[in-house]
Amino acid sequence: MKTQTLLDRQSTVVLSLLTVAAIVVPAMNGLAAPGSALHLSDHLVPLLGKYVCFALLALSVDLIWGFCGILSLGHGAFFALGGYAMGMYLMRQIGPRGVYADPVLPDFMVFLNWKELPWFWHGFEWFPFAALMALIVPGALSFIFGWLAFRSRVTGVYLSIITQAMTFALMLAFFRNDMGFGGNNGLTDFKDILGFPLQSASTRIVLFVLSVVALACGYLLCRWVVNSKFGKVLVAVRDAESRTRFLGYRVEHYKLAVFTLSAMLAGIAGALYVPQVGIINPGEFAPANSIEVVIWVAVGGRGTLAGAILGALLVNAGKTWFTGVLPEFWLFALGGLFVFVTLFMPHGIFGAARDLGKQVSRRLASRRPPESLSQAAE
Amino acid sequence: MTTLRTIFWALVLLAGMTSVAMAGPYEDALPRFAADSYADTEAAIAAVTSSGHSLSLRVIEALRDGQLLVGAGQVVIRDISGPLVDAAKGQPSGANAGSLKPVRVNNRVRRAIEAALGNLTLLSTDPGTRLEAARAVFRSRDAAALPTLDKAIAQETSPNVRKALRTARAAILLNKADASSADRLGAVATLKERGDQEALALLSSLPSGTPSDIAEAAGKATDSIRARLALWSAVQNIWYGISLGSVLLLAAIGLAITFGTMGVINMAHGEMVMLGAYTTFVVQELIRTYAPGLFEASLFIALPLAFLVAGVTGILIERLVIRFLYGRSLETLLATWGLSLILQQAVRTLFGPTNREVGTPAWMSGALEIGGLSLTYNRIAIVVFAILVFAVLQLVLRYTSLGLHVRAVTQNRRMAGSMGIKTSRVDALAFGLGSGVAGIAGVALSQIDNVSPNLGQGYIIDSFMVVVFGGVGNLWGTLVGAMTLGIANKLLEPYAGAVLGKIVLLVGIIFFIQRRPRGLFALKGRAVEA
Repeated sequence: MKTQTLLDRQSTVVLSLLTVAAIVVPAMNGLAAPGSALHLSDHLVPLLGKYVCFALLALSVDLIWGFCGILSLGHGAFFALGGYAMGMYLMRQIGPRGVYADPVLPDFMVFLNWKELPWFWHGFEWFPFAALMALIVPGALSFIFGWLAFRSRVTGVYLSIITQAMTFALMLAFFRNDMGFGGNNGLTDFKDILGFPLQSASTRIVLFVLSVVALACGYLLCRWVVNSKFGKVLVAVRDAESRTRFLGYRVEHYKLAVFTLSAMLAGIAGALYVPQVGIINPGEFAPANSIEVVIWVAVGGRGTLAGAILGALLVNAGKTWFTGVLPEFWLFALGGLFVFVTLFMPHGIFGAARDLGKQVSRRLASRRPPESLSQAAE
Repeated sequence: MTTLRTIFWALVLLAGMTSVAMAGPYEDALPRFAADSYADTEAAIAAVTSSGHSLSLRVIEALRDGQLLVGAGQVVIRDISGPLVDAAKGQPSGANAGSLKPVRVNNRVRRAIEAALGNLTLLSTDPGTRLEAARAVFRSRDAAALPTLDKAIAQETSPNVRKALRTARAAILLNKADASSADRLGAVATLKERGDQEALALLSSLPSGTPSDIAEAAGKATDSIRARLALWSAVQNIWYGISLGSVLLLAAIGLAITFGTMGVINMAHGEMVMLGAYTTFVVQELIRTYAPGLFEASLFIALPLAFLVAGVTGILIERLVIRFLYGRSLETLLATWGLSLILQQAVRTLFGPTNREVGTPAWMSGALEIGGLSLTYNRIAIVVFAILVFAVLQLVLRYTSLGLHVRAVTQNRRMAGSMGIKTSRVDALAFGLGSGVAGIAGVALSQIDNVSPNLGQGYIIDSFMVVVFGGVGNLWGTLVGAMTLGIANKLLEPYAGAVLGKIVLLVGIIFFIQRRPRGLFALKGRAVEA
């Protein structure tokens, strides 16, 4: 029964499309001859990889907003924290190849005249530790934050505003040089990951495929969560929080659990994002970024999971196209998208498609009876 | 006019003749400049300064500027315009410029020159020059100036300059080993009265060998000055806090109205502030082109226009977008965010991405000095303006029918509707009012911030914090919230730095929300839990 609901029609489509992407993109990049129409140039692979990471981030937002009604305007913070954890590992891998050739200290610390590695940088030279931290740090922050917020029943716009305050505070903090995260410039100039050079086409292909796999796993996890009994309670919380509480459910526990899970997914997305774009800086914490993630979800369709993935891919592809062709119109387009989607497509593309499908079938259904009547008359 | 000039020249001639007639210390000192020895030059400076001769100032100034020339037994001043003047007589000199060379100076001599100039200008007829001179002596602490100082104090009429002269005298006496004990104790008292950083430096660096009673008095004086300075700096910080608080109040008060009545967060609120600032810019541009005489009043002309521009934009937003999202506050948040992006980009396309120059009227520049405080007029104007806006809004909400309706809808929308209040009309008007207030906030902020398309973005998070902290029960919450955050921010700054202070505050608010999820002044009653 469970496997059946897990692999419903939507999941099958999503998973098959992701599988196709994981096969076709490497093939078009590696096998097709350069210059042929089918060839995907090297710089497009990390770009697509970036979209896939954004899709995972959108998925994590959809999990809490679409199914539990928690509108987080600070999910970019968890994404960036995961990214910083990965960035710290990559930074340590540079070793003596930095500009200042210090075997231990990253360049910016030498520049700031620091003598030794701060305590929180220890262990990051070891990949499993860094990968674990990309999960634990966002998870811990979201747990503490959520525990405080949900326990005292901060809901609705108030919650949105304080999540925004959280990411804003983190942005200010990471901009400080004294924090030990490279300040304004962030972490960059990465050389290799687990011994593989980041610039090489094959590493990028592997990272892309890994991102797609992570997205697929994330999707399955979210689907499993929302299909379970736990997921039903989440939807109940979304639709009638007080009533769910009066029915005896500990609403804050459910919210906290899903919020933490979602933050960890965002952390994974960030950790996969950084090696592909080659930089992480405090700008990722900007409140505007987190708000943009929400619109990806809204465009695709809130509460559909697959819609979040579709929205993230579409909006980001649009952004890349717009900023290349009409850079000054991108903000008009994005702003217009916010207004249009909230006003005219409250359920996003997926919802609109579903409504259309219903309308069509209703029209078909309403057309049939007269026929059958006439048939009956005959 | 001509008669005056004749009399003047006659006096000059007379002075010249008397100086020729009596060879005094001044004439004796002059040849020493020619000795080409720094020690002699220094002695000559001292002698010339204390001679009281009418040409002394001119000689020393020429020496400073490298225009005092010597040669062939003559000392000559070269005027800026070129001709040579005999330093002894003040009359044109027939000396051959080729045979003259400037008197050489080194650092020691330069210091002597500075001190001498300070002494000489102490007796100037212009109070401003005297004040400058007194300050110069205070810094140089040249004991040679003491007689001149005493003379200057005796004849000083301006209390301000007199005070400066007395502190200069005290500075000299304090460090003068052979001054009487009473004099030096008096000096400590005078400096304690002055009570600023410079006095503190003087009192805390007494030369070794100072008698113990004086050292003790100086120690006590430094303690009291330190305490006073700390107090003043705390007061100054509180003032900065109040000033920041009024800026926050201006930015947030409109938001509090719209959030209070409709429960929607208007993310485009910051852009209303920006529109107000750009209105000010346009008004000033028009005034500069068509009626430059009105510039001083430009801000008063801009105020109603900014209210209209932002208010009408607000009503349009409410009618065209927000109305359709009633009851879906999170969607409203997203839609208004989209609108804010559009407005920002529209302004960027129209006016360019760079900062626009908004002028400050003359009456708003300058600063008011009270004790150890320095209050700039534009900050004072903004504080006063913020209080005015707050008071007017309170009156509007309390005594007009619009205010009554807004308050009713805030408290219980459905009940208000049942009583015959047209809630949708109230929504539109409240939104217009809130946006209009944001617009006039923009006029004020154009005076202290860069007018750029991003102006609003800088205030939006802070305004939210104020509203969330203060609660939407009534406007007092906004006032208390704005002032608390402003003052707390400025009091934290000296200890934590600007950025860390702000982080501490944000984290503080996040924790505060746990204790009071609806802010300081929350609405009470069943309607809240809707």
